[in-house]
Amino acid sequence: MKKFDTIVIGAGHNGLVCANYLARSGQRVLVVEQSDEIGGLAASREFHPGFKVSVAHSVGNFGPRIVRDLELQDHGLALGAVLPTIGLAAGGQSVRLDDRGAAGVSDDDASRYLALRGQLQKFAAALSPFWLKTIPRIAKGSLADMMTFAHLGLRLRGLGRNDMREFMRIATLPMRDLMDENFDSELLKAVLSWDGLLGSKLAPRSPNNAILTLLYRMADSDGHQVPAGGVPGLVQALCSAAAANGVQIRTGASVDRILVDGSAAGLVARGVHLDNGESISARNVVSSADPKNTFIKLAGVANLEIQFTNRIRRLRSDGLVAKLHLALDGLPDFAGLDRPDGRILLAPTMDTIEFAFDDAKYGACSEQPVVEVVLPSLYDESLAPAGQHVLSAHVMYVPHELEGGWTDAARAAIRERTIDTIAAFAPGLRAHILHAEFLTPADLEEQYHVSGGHWHHGEMALDQMLMMRPTYEAAQYRTPIPGLFLCGAGCHPGGDITGAPGHNAAAEILR
Amino acid sequence: MKRFDAIVIGAGHNGLTNAAYLAKAGLDVLVVEKNDYIGGAAVSRELQPGWIYSNCSYVCSMMRQAIHRDLDLARHGLLLVPYLGTANFADDGSTLLSYPDADANHNELKRLSPRDADAMHRLEADLARYSQLIRKTLLRTPPDPATFRIRDFRELLYLAKQFWSLGEKEIYEYIRFFTMSAAEFLDDYFENDLVKTTMATPGIIGTALGVCSPGSAYILLHHVMGDVDGNIGAWGLARGGMGAISQALAGAAKEHGAEIRTNAGVAQIIVDNGKATGVVLENGDEIDSRIVVSNLDARRTFTRIMDRKDLPPGIYEKAKNFKIRGSSGKVNIALSGLPKFTNVPDNRYVNRGGQSFCGSMRTLERAYDCWKRGRWSEDPFIESVIPSAWDPTVAPPGKHWMSNFIQYCPPELADGPWTPEKRDQFGMTVVDKIERYAPGFKDLIVHMEVRTPHDIENEVGLTEGNIFQGELTIDQLLFNRPFPGYAQYRMPIGNMYMCGSSTHPGGGVSSACGANAAREILKDLKRPNTVPRDDFYDE
Repeated sequence: MKKFDTIVIGAGHNGLVCANYLARSGQRVLVVEQSDEIGGLAASREFHPGFKVSVAHSVGNFGPRIVRDLELQDHGLALGAVLPTIGLAAGGQSVRLDDRGAAGVSDDDASRYLALRGQLQKFAAALSPFWLKTIPRIAKGSLADMMTFAHLGLRLRGLGRNDMREFMRIATLPMRDLMDENFDSELLKAVLSWDGLLGSKLAPRSPNNAILTLLYRMADSDGHQVPAGGVPGLVQALCSAAAANGVQIRTGASVDRILVDGSAAGLVARGVHLDNGESISARNVVSSADPKNTFIKLAGVANLEIQFTNRIRRLRSDGLVAKLHLALDGLPDFAGLDRPDGRILLAPTMDTIEFAFDDAKYGACSEQPVVEVVLPSLYDESLAPAGQHVLSAHVMYVPHELEGGWTDAARAAIRERTIDTIAAFAPGLRAHILHAEFLTPADLEEQYHVSGGHWHHGEMALDQMLMMRPTYEAAQYRTPIPGLFLCGAGCHPGGDITGAPGHNAAAEILR
Repeated sequence: MKRFDAIVIGAGHNGLTNAAYLAKAGLDVLVVEKNDYIGGAAVSRELQPGWIYSNCSYVCSMMRQAIHRDLDLARHGLLLVPYLGTANFADDGSTLLSYPDADANHNELKRLSPRDADAMHRLEADLARYSQLIRKTLLRTPPDPATFRIRDFRELLYLAKQFWSLGEKEIYEYIRFFTMSAAEFLDDYFENDLVKTTMATPGIIGTALGVCSPGSAYILLHHVMGDVDGNIGAWGLARGGMGAISQALAGAAKEHGAEIRTNAGVAQIIVDNGKATGVVLENGDEIDSRIVVSNLDARRTFTRIMDRKDLPPGIYEKAKNFKIRGSSGKVNIALSGLPKFTNVPDNRYVNRGGQSFCGSMRTLERAYDCWKRGRWSEDPFIESVIPSAWDPTVAPPGKHWMSNFIQYCPPELADGPWTPEKRDQFGMTVVDKIERYAPGFKDLIVHMEVRTPHDIENEVGLTEGNIFQGELTIDQLLFNRPFPGYAQYRMPIGNMYMCGSSTHPGGGVSSACGANAAREILKDLKRPNTVPRDDFYDE
């Protein structure tokens, strides 16, 4: 039996980033992946013959430093052009946001948009160094650790007195308040609030977490991109780099538990046990699975203190985003757009978003869902047969636990309602549909093994961020079990396709 | 003409507290009040002969004990009576009684859920610990983290030290508590919906948030961190109505030499060369003074009684964006007898105490959904109390009055402006709901008065009737209250201060805002401090 330095559980992008960094420093690394396809939520999915898509349909804030460190461009990564963000409302009204600013709104709104964007970018830049480093434990860290907090304080002071005060005020503001303070256009407000809400259990009126999520997404980001090959193109580049660095990847290898040895000196993780009965040992085990799966299912509550498992169990990770995939025999016409090019948001007002959220609070699907549409096949023709297209949509808000349970009829109902919502803006859509697939958060949980079907492995809430993500005893990538580490989106800094948790975890393991 | 040392605008409890402490330091203080009565929202008014209503605020718990003692409010007539029990009514007909006695309370909870009865001890211990830290900040001026002044730095260190001393686990629990919703917070403790609902209601009172909105857990704490005679979390009634608090404060202020003038609404604060020099009254009179203190809320102060051109750039916008939302209504009902509530035993604790028509967590959240859509809920949350059950001075012999606080009531309706008919409908919604739990209630009604957010605003001057003079969300707490950079009671205009609940630590009839402002003013005027330290002041 071959002994590895590190076994990484899960070949999602964070697992691969972590494995790459470890292998580059000389470790022998094995990545074990439960599915046959590499990439987790970024994996390629052929949902209809010849039509390929991935759950994540664009990349917004993947760490530029990671691209450089791992030389991903040499391994075929081409992130592609930055997509404009387009908001549509009834009657062909549209708002378009790109690097030049906002079009389709009044001059006042357009200039205020640039001003607000400038200010938010300044805040995002002040925070961005802290996403790519470990945030130490409060009251437990060394003096060197505490310097991280001093550094954060200095970065905020560095904003200048007025900006620092404004930052303190808006950091926890609901999206709606920030938008109402700045803009008149309802459509612009809805479109701008989206990036603070997407993927979270938040609506425009919810305080505390949305602006920080937005600032997280704005760090080192030019905007959303569809890489060559779609988001799986990024996974392929990571795999290619991993191969070059000597990482072994085994697919179809499902870990059913993490092997933990007990002795008088305490517990230590020494490898993984696969569901085919095979045991693989290693000095370290790194899990890119979400914290609930990692601790409750794989490590086992018997190896953990009850208070710790309680904290893990009460992590908030209710996914509210569903996924619609359409195989189309041609390009649909969206009213008011020459070409459906960009991230198209179908959320005409903040109230539409708010009311869609209200339904989901009570375990129902939104009567009028809000939808983000991207056609990845516009950017890479290999994703669909010639002349045909793939439509990928994030649908909010769809509860993980539907009242009455997820039946086929319930899934079909929300699928049709979503298609109707899109068709209201693209009247000929239905005639183009060859096949439709709808993945509820419950489906995502089942097929991608993410607790609650939550994109971020855990809500990006103030108390589940920084040195509290996922919980204070496991927020520095180490866990209560020596030799077991975390490297997934459930750790600091959080979800989306950033690679940052994988990067930070590798740094901690090598420390 | 006489020039005062200080003019305090508004004779609410904070204005009177402020005036009392300034006068105590020897300043010549004038309090001007637009109404013909004092007290602002802490009033007792005989709106019907024989019945004395606390027609706005109705219960008291956050009054700082140090101020109560220091101004000798008892001698000035203030008597706080702890209120005994509460009956909480669920939609499904079940009832949960809260008793002041720990054993009785435990037994009652056990009836619904033995686990929750135990969990309640855990919750109470946790809330007591959380509130300890905040209570320490109430009678202190918040630091400004954006300056390099020594006093700000020292105050920040003080706060950091208090925070640090909680210990690692507590710090994280604390942050978690501070940012999450009341619903999520209570899910960690309880399994029974009525127990959760009962405990969740303080998280929404007076605020434009729902039990599922992040941040509502803090508001819950804000309502349970007060005390009556040192019993933390207890609530009390002022004998003679809430006006007794204002009257006692006014008594103390006058004893120290302050003058109080009613029917003297301020039209404008006079600003000369960037400094406040006095006020112009609505009748045209000008009164000069060295400093001007506004007890009005931040929105009203800067947008109603100040000239925009007198303000530095950006302040008017900040005041306009200050979140002070109308979310509550009030229905005061005079009764010919004590109502009899179903499922409530006839004991002296609960049949004559508070009633909470809370329904269920879902009912509470749905009521918030209605508010968001610009209508009132047909099934609103009502918090009631019958003060006359303890206090015979507020109703004719044998008669009673019932204060009903309704969450939520939108200031503006989606289907057009409020009309007297709509106001009556809103009142009937409340009465109908109470009738469901107290058959025969309607027959007891002698008269009733309904107040929507703007009715409260027009009566006592709170913008949109917001009971806290501004939402208690993190963006408007501590050094962010009312705006970052102006949280130390000094305003952007020289010689001008704020002392209302728009400032730290916020609303709740605590008198802390007025006292804190007085301390800062006396510092600026180089007078000895007259404001007491809080009971648990420790460096």
